[in-house]
Amino acid sequence: MQDGIEHGSPSGLKMGTTIIAVEFDGGVVVGSDSRVSAGASVVNRVMNKLSPLHDKIYCALSGSAADAQTIAEIVNYQLDVHSIEVDEDPLVCSAATLVKNISYKYKEELSAHLIVAGWDRRAGGQVYATLNGLLTRQPFAVGGSGSFYIYGFVDAEYRSDMTRQECQEFVVNSLSLAMSRDGSSGGVAYVVTIDSEGVEEKCILGNQLPTFYDPDI
Amino acid sequence: MNRHSFDSRVKGVSLGTTILAVKFAGGVIIGSDSRASMGGSYVSSKVINKLVQVHDRIFCCMSGSLADAQAITRAAKFQLAFHSIQMDEPPLVMAAASIMQELCYQHKEELSAGFITAGWDRKKGPQVYSVSMGGMLVSQPFTIGGSGSTYIYGYADAKYKPGMTREECQTFAVNALALAMGRDNVSGGVAHLAIISEKGEDMKEDADRALSQSRCVMGNSKAKE
Repeated sequence: MQDGIEHGSPSGLKMGTTIIAVEFDGGVVVGSDSRVSAGASVVNRVMNKLSPLHDKIYCALSGSAADAQTIAEIVNYQLDVHSIEVDEDPLVCSAATLVKNISYKYKEELSAHLIVAGWDRRAGGQVYATLNGLLTRQPFAVGGSGSFYIYGFVDAEYRSDMTRQECQEFVVNSLSLAMSRDGSSGGVAYVVTIDSEGVEEKCILGNQLPTFYDPDI
Repeated sequence: MNRHSFDSRVKGVSLGTTILAVKFAGGVIIGSDSRASMGGSYVSSKVINKLVQVHDRIFCCMSGSLADAQAITRAAKFQLAFHSIQMDEPPLVMAAASIMQELCYQHKEELSAGFITAGWDRKKGPQVYSVSMGGMLVSQPFTIGGSGSTYIYGYADAKYKPGMTREECQTFAVNALALAMGRDNVSGGVAHLAIISEKGEDMKEDADRALSQSRCVMGNSKAKE
């Protein structure tokens, strides 16, 4: 009897997802959706994919849920040890390098892409992409299955001199557009803003997300 | 990503492409890029025109396998001309779209091509129809298609507003094509646009294009907001 569940699904839980991080002068804004799917079924509709690696360094998870979470946990531990050794807050670049080291060394076994973003005293707000084991600093980064649908939008809308407020709107708009087109992204939008003062976490419910014109209505 | 492995399953030349059409109050704008690729990494033509005029005021743009798309548009052009002679009046855009849909659906196992049909007729004015690969026909105020369209869904959703003027639609179309060509490696070259209206304002007295106007935007001068 068909019960609608994919038995023996090989890759387990997949976070088909949309993640985005943007840098502004003085900090970063990181955002993600909240859907975790196993095949056609949504197994968690409120998962927070923004995981803290340290006080002011967050990473956004995408790809295989297990792989991404494990990388984040390991790097969290490694960063704690490192920050005790150097007796100060770690750099975002260090966190990104640790993530990159794991992603690169185990690139055949793992299937996860983490975007690392945060604030440190030396270089302010920074965003690093670590896809497939590369490490690159970018003004903004998008990732996950939903990101393909918003490449055009972010290319057109991103400007290098956005304020904190404008960055937050940019992130929320991008997430909303991606969530409405990608079947593997959805739920609520989590937005984290990190600057020298601290960390602000926000959750925007599905019905409060901005809406856009739908030609099929 | 496996997203582009579709194109390598297509034998021969494929139109990894970006196509779109937008309706405005007096007409439609239909546009495409100009790249034809083989195997996803060889560009077999940099300046191919994917806009086919199937009748005076009806254009089609092609995506998918170039051979299949050309065969279907040629068959559709012939059937439409015959139909128009029988009815003794210009064909409806819906008629052109239905002919394409019939061909795509009846031969869905062998064919691998998708289309956007857009034009103007006296009965319903400007119309845009999307005929997808399996033979689904749907009418929309604007539509995007081809492999490059995935990258501009967000942009199109955000920027399209109903009731745009012709100039705004033109900017929308060119920007969307430019953004897609910038991200999709099997779309590129120049942007071809055709503007079809009841009476084209600055049209040339050209037998083939009497009632529509074609513009070609070069790759290095693509508009950006």
